[in-house]
Amino acid sequence: MNAQEIHSKLKAQFGDAVGDLAEAKIDPFVMVKSDKIVEICRFAKDEAGLDFNYCEDVTGIDWPARNVIEVVYHLFSLQQRHQFVLKVEADRSQPSVPSVQGVWKAANWLEREVYDMLGVSFVGHPDMRRILLPDDWVGHPLRKDYQEAGGYHGVTNTRPDPLVKLGQKVEEERKAIAAAAPPPVATPATATPSGGFGTDSPPHQPPRASHAPVAATNTAPASVSATATAPAPATAPAPDKKESPNG
Amino acid sequence: MAITSIIQSGPGAGVLLTNTNRFDDLLNLARKNSIHYLLFGLACCGIELMQTGGPRADLDRFAAVFRASPRQADLMIVAGTLSYKMAERTKLLYDQMAEPKYVLAMGSCANCGGLFQSSYAVVKGVDKIIPVDVYVPGCPPRPEALTEGLMRIQDIIMSERWWREKRRPQSGAK
Repeated sequence: MNAQEIHSKLKAQFGDAVGDLAEAKIDPFVMVKSDKIVEICRFAKDEAGLDFNYCEDVTGIDWPARNVIEVVYHLFSLQQRHQFVLKVEADRSQPSVPSVQGVWKAANWLEREVYDMLGVSFVGHPDMRRILLPDDWVGHPLRKDYQEAGGYHGVTNTRPDPLVKLGQKVEEERKAIAAAAPPPVATPATATPSGGFGTDSPPHQPPRASHAPVAATNTAPASVSATATAPAPATAPAPDKKESPNG
Repeated sequence: MAITSIIQSGPGAGVLLTNTNRFDDLLNLARKNSIHYLLFGLACCGIELMQTGGPRADLDRFAAVFRASPRQADLMIVAGTLSYKMAERTKLLYDQMAEPKYVLAMGSCANCGGLFQSSYAVVKGVDKIIPVDVYVPGCPPRPEALTEGLMRIQDIIMSERWWREKRRPQSGAK
């Protein structure tokens, strides 16, 4: 059965509750009335010829400009090998749609995911909880106007740019080198970024080597090599608390 | 403790291995060749971790085998993307491990959030919740890289001085 036939069959049964068939770019879909969605789904599942026995997916789309959240039902029939898409609209401020969990068991978790991501409350759902995010999460992330809360349970959601930190360290080292250098022949203002040309830099620290200890620290993980190790005292407890390995 | 005092008071106590600095090496040699890592994979890096434990890269060469319980694990390999929801579980697992314990952050996600660091649900690096000893870059790191990370953990273990630290207060009490 193609999409036209499916649509005409639904239209003949439910009349005005089923909208016009929209030839979308990928899947043809039809907009149906929200309060009729359960009946339509049950009809689509039970009616011979339609046999939509597989609820592939339930998703949602946020449309802030229209003040609408769409819930999308992807249906498939394993016997007939045809598919169809139903859509319902819900008010964005108080989105609420009847649950089709009684028609397809698979819709249970899918509707929970839509609730988690978009905040659509499914009426008649036996277990309307978040499914992916923690239970005490604030907000619904797939809404277009979602703002991050700035971390979770004390874990911040920012990370300093390691290159900025690296630049600061290099700058400090240059200053230290410039301060430790003997009174130079040339003026200090003309010191080159590489720390001098060898004659006016300290003999124990060649200019190229000044970058090596920076790269070996573990404060800039994104830029360091696989061999970067933390200093041993980071894990070792204080000496007086140590236990003997053999008891 | 009693055995130690008997040995030290007996004849030839001055030349026992326990009275030398090399005894730490002996202890560390035993520790570094029995690293048991926690059976713990978060995302696709976990697949590579399994590959590293498999017959080609073969972490068993280092006598590093996985333990399914944090109580018996020495090393936590954080393999994969850490979400906020999982972060609390990870912290709990780390707290359940017995000292001395080590953490290896495997892959970009565990290092800094990696590919998913602009996501609302991903922790920007596992070092935000637990201390990390070795960072292994890569997305995911090849088994060779993870093997080298394990060898860096072994280096840390070999650099520690447990026996001498323990003896210091003893000698002070005499």
